[in-house]
Amino acid sequence: MAEIGLQEVTELAMLARLRLSTDETETMRRELQQILTAMDALAAVPTEGVAAMTHAVPMDLRLRPDAVMPSLTPAEALAAAPATAGDHFVVPAAIGPHE
Amino acid sequence: MSGIDAATLHSPAAVLARRVRGGEITAIDLVEGYLARIAAYDADLGAYLHVAADAARRSAEELDQRRKAGFSLGPLAGVPLALKDLVVTKGLVTTAGSKMLDGWVPPYDATVVEKLRAADAIVLGKTNCDEFGMGSSNENSAYHVTRNPWDRTRVPGGSSGGSAAAVAADLCAASLGTDTGGSIRQPAAMCGAVGLKPTYGRVSRWGLIAYASSLDAIGPMTKTVEDAALMLETIAGADPRDATTIDAPVPRYRDALSLGVTGLTIGLPREYFPPGGLDPEIRAALDAVVAMLRDAGADVVNMSLPHTALALPAYYVLAPAEASSNLARYDGVRYGRRASLQGQNKASLADMLEQTRAEGFGPEVKRRIMLGTFALRSGYYDAYYKKAQQVRTLIKQDFDQAFANGIDVVLTPTTPTTAFEIGATNSPMQMYLADVFTLACNLAGLPGLSVPCGLNSVGLPIGVQLMGCTLDEATLLRVGAVIERRSGLGDRKPAMTPESDTQPEFAAAVPPTGGLA
Repeated sequence: MAEIGLQEVTELAMLARLRLSTDETETMRRELQQILTAMDALAAVPTEGVAAMTHAVPMDLRLRPDAVMPSLTPAEALAAAPATAGDHFVVPAAIGPHE
Repeated sequence: MSGIDAATLHSPAAVLARRVRGGEITAIDLVEGYLARIAAYDADLGAYLHVAADAARRSAEELDQRRKAGFSLGPLAGVPLALKDLVVTKGLVTTAGSKMLDGWVPPYDATVVEKLRAADAIVLGKTNCDEFGMGSSNENSAYHVTRNPWDRTRVPGGSSGGSAAAVAADLCAASLGTDTGGSIRQPAAMCGAVGLKPTYGRVSRWGLIAYASSLDAIGPMTKTVEDAALMLETIAGADPRDATTIDAPVPRYRDALSLGVTGLTIGLPREYFPPGGLDPEIRAALDAVVAMLRDAGADVVNMSLPHTALALPAYYVLAPAEASSNLARYDGVRYGRRASLQGQNKASLADMLEQTRAEGFGPEVKRRIMLGTFALRSGYYDAYYKKAQQVRTLIKQDFDQAFANGIDVVLTPTTPTTAFEIGATNSPMQMYLADVFTLACNLAGLPGLSVPCGLNSVGLPIGVQLMGCTLDEATLLRVGAVIERRSGLGDRKPAMTPESDTQPEFAAAVPPTGGLA
């Protein structure tokens, strides 16, 4: 059974881009542990040679014509953005010194 | 003022469309009638998140003008619909029940919405749901809890609980829900509505806010089996914008409704009738349905789906894994919420992202994102994600085997209990068990239908679930129609107070600006 510790919860939160408070981290650890314990039933199932299913209905990848299609105008695409400048989305600095 | 009475507003969508086409009633009267009911009852029920009163009135008036001008109208002419708030609607707020999308106005309609509008249906508003479809009671909505019309102290089920409640309380003619692990069928059962999850790929997901893309399905939630057939005829079909749609002809499902059950083999999988694990009143209701189906000419046999117990652990690995990827898009950049970061002059993009997601997502969504991130993490991938995918294959093979052995339809309870009290569940795992009978159908990609089959001793609805072969919705609807005729709720509906034939005084209470939308 996977034992999940506070450090692992913190790492997962970082990977998932979620900021958790200390209390939330402990609650999350306890609940994830409870859920993962229930998932342990999977481990006992013999699955050697069983294909992994990604979709229940088999389907081929379809190609569409490489043609220009109608799409959102820049104004429509930007209409719901929290911050814009000209035809751009504005975000805080992604790289550079933050101290 | 609408002269529409309560009996008309309780009518099936198919009947309303016929009457609108025939000029017996007008679309605007219907819209006003439902708006009046919403104004009267929805403050208490909370089925809707947004009511598009003005837009609905405009659509109705335009449709009435077209009829008067002699144009022929579509199969859902003038039928006021409520759409689950996970389906995007152009110009109408769509939140997925999440603060992350509070106030978001999509720039396009989902394919299903385009199709419904093309069939002359009218969008009345958007219904409440568990955040991003993650829940079984509507208690995970970031906005409010929807109450069950049959008992206001109880949940309507979830995640399409608002749609189920709106249908049950006649706050719309019919509705669309979405179903990733039972979210159409479970609330339909708990509210006494018909709920159909189509075969995976039967209905386009373009414009459905994604939760778990290999499991998500859009389907009808209706007052009658015929309405479910009519709605499915309208929304089904291949869509070049969704590469997972199946390119197969869409049958006229309503043709199957009168065929009866003679010659059909209906299987009862023993794993869905666990001794002591099923509410005795649900068990009794299903026993009565089985006796009725035998009497009606069906061959009902016992059978086994041996991997059933693994559906729940497999689902809660796969669905969160897909969710953790799908919900990565909510980053506070292009649309939706962004954390204010006031007083944090040096905040970076990463700070903004983490804070936005911390504020925008509720506890269950965070839990599933974390669970999915865990399952996909290097070192755990094979033990959890790949293993769950393999178990999914075994679950699908159980069904394939049953159908190959001559089973036409698998019959089970939809839910292990009737609607539970608001606030009664106290752990995530306990809540997950509410979907224990509906998960396998999604994992196997099969169609599933829940049909009401009676009320328990305290007046709560009970649902029976039918599952069938890939693309064989017609046979489910065929059996469902017999259950509806002989074991359904008949004239029984939730008691609404105040109730009267016409409610002119309530119409004025609808804000002219269109409520929340």
